[in-house]
Amino acid sequence: MSCRGQSASLVATVALILLFVSLSIAQSSDGESLPANSVYNLQVSVEDQFGDVTGLDRYRGHPVLITMFYTSCPHVCPMLISTIRLTESKLSIEERAELRVMTISIDPERDTPEKLRETMERHSVEASRWSMVRSEPGDLRAIAGVFGVRYKQLPDGEFNHTTRIILLDRDGTQIASTGQLGRHDAAFLEAIKASLH
Amino acid sequence: MRIFIVLFVVVASSAGSAEHSFSNDFVSIPGGVFRSVIPEAEGDNLVAVADFLVQEAPVTNAEFLRFVLHRPEWQRGKAVSLFVDGQYLSAWASPISLAPRSGPRQPVTQVSWFAADAYCEWQGARLPSWYEWEYVAAANRSVADARALPGWRQEILSWYSQAGGEPIVDVRSSPENYYQIFDTHGLIWEWVDDFNAFLVTGDNREQGGADQLQFCGAGAITMQEKENYAVLMRVAMLSALEARYTTRNLGFRCARQGGMEK
Repeated sequence: MSCRGQSASLVATVALILLFVSLSIAQSSDGESLPANSVYNLQVSVEDQFGDVTGLDRYRGHPVLITMFYTSCPHVCPMLISTIRLTESKLSIEERAELRVMTISIDPERDTPEKLRETMERHSVEASRWSMVRSEPGDLRAIAGVFGVRYKQLPDGEFNHTTRIILLDRDGTQIASTGQLGRHDAAFLEAIKASLH
Repeated sequence: MRIFIVLFVVVASSAGSAEHSFSNDFVSIPGGVFRSVIPEAEGDNLVAVADFLVQEAPVTNAEFLRFVLHRPEWQRGKAVSLFVDGQYLSAWASPISLAPRSGPRQPVTQVSWFAADAYCEWQGARLPSWYEWEYVAAANRSVADARALPGWRQEILSWYSQAGGEPIVDVRSSPENYYQIFDTHGLIWEWVDDFNAFLVTGDNREQGGADQLQFCGAGAITMQEKENYAVLMRVAMLSALEARYTTRNLGFRCARQGGMEK
């Protein structure tokens, strides 16, 4: 009798686990279906400055600023980061708390999590809202492809790349972008504010 | 489940055998050093290419049909707009059938970079790099690098000047080149893995303008070998594309790392 009782509760437990697993799969992969042009349709993983691995959609639910860069870049990449910070400084505290920022390295070989963490610390950005990530090298062309970024590694290890800051809405659709560096782009700032409300 | 497997086999074999009797083999290409139209660095246009394998011919409609039957998410109408534009495979009669004007042996065109990349991955392969493509496309029928021969250059230029007008013929309609591969010129344009590596400024404009800020690192690439217009046209075309774009004359073939037949 006790044996029967055990197997019944085992069945119940397994059933519960299965239910939970199927629910969590439905939630995570398809909770609400993505717009067809959402960059979150691209199934790649990225590793952040703490070594945590997620999908590109780690900030789904928030408007996100995206840029592609590399940490050893001498001039333009620091400007990219300071331009994002300058733009953020034009937002209210409440707006800023809602916005997320992800910078994606085009140099995953050299941009280790430690290197990315150092860079974040050097620019004193908030790790609660920002992440600096790298991808698998084999996924980088596709990531650049969805963001319309062009890049090329040079023999000396440096890169040529186009600089764009891209605004994603809460579902990962690209709704605005700017190529202006060193000052805030008024139209881009308006788009950010609109996406936050 | 059993029914599903049976169906799967039937679909795979019918698409493979009836319409497409030859296979698109990977040919071993010995690496080497050559002069590229896109220098890696200013003043140095010699580029080293490692041994690799590349498909004999561009991927055909029949081959691509087999892919979309196995991977329905790449069928027209199912592929998401992040990855393809509105003209994706639009010449086909339906998402899973070809049409008279896009026959089984014609190269598949109107495919995006993402679709081409997914196809090659499905084959356990990848798209060739630009340098790999340029390297094999430098050959004529008898020598590995025929680019200095005026006759050959004239021949391929005459195709580039009319590209777009003529209907696309079957793959392998012209003789193979020195490396035993077909259709590097004269049939279609081809995607390469690093199509978005081109940062071309049309002419050598003055440094320091607003455009210069677009580029991090050593500044924009300027193209060498200006007399080699045919290949430069490819570069110009690729540099104007986004990864989701498709065009009527743009297809692809796959490549693999390594120096021997699989």
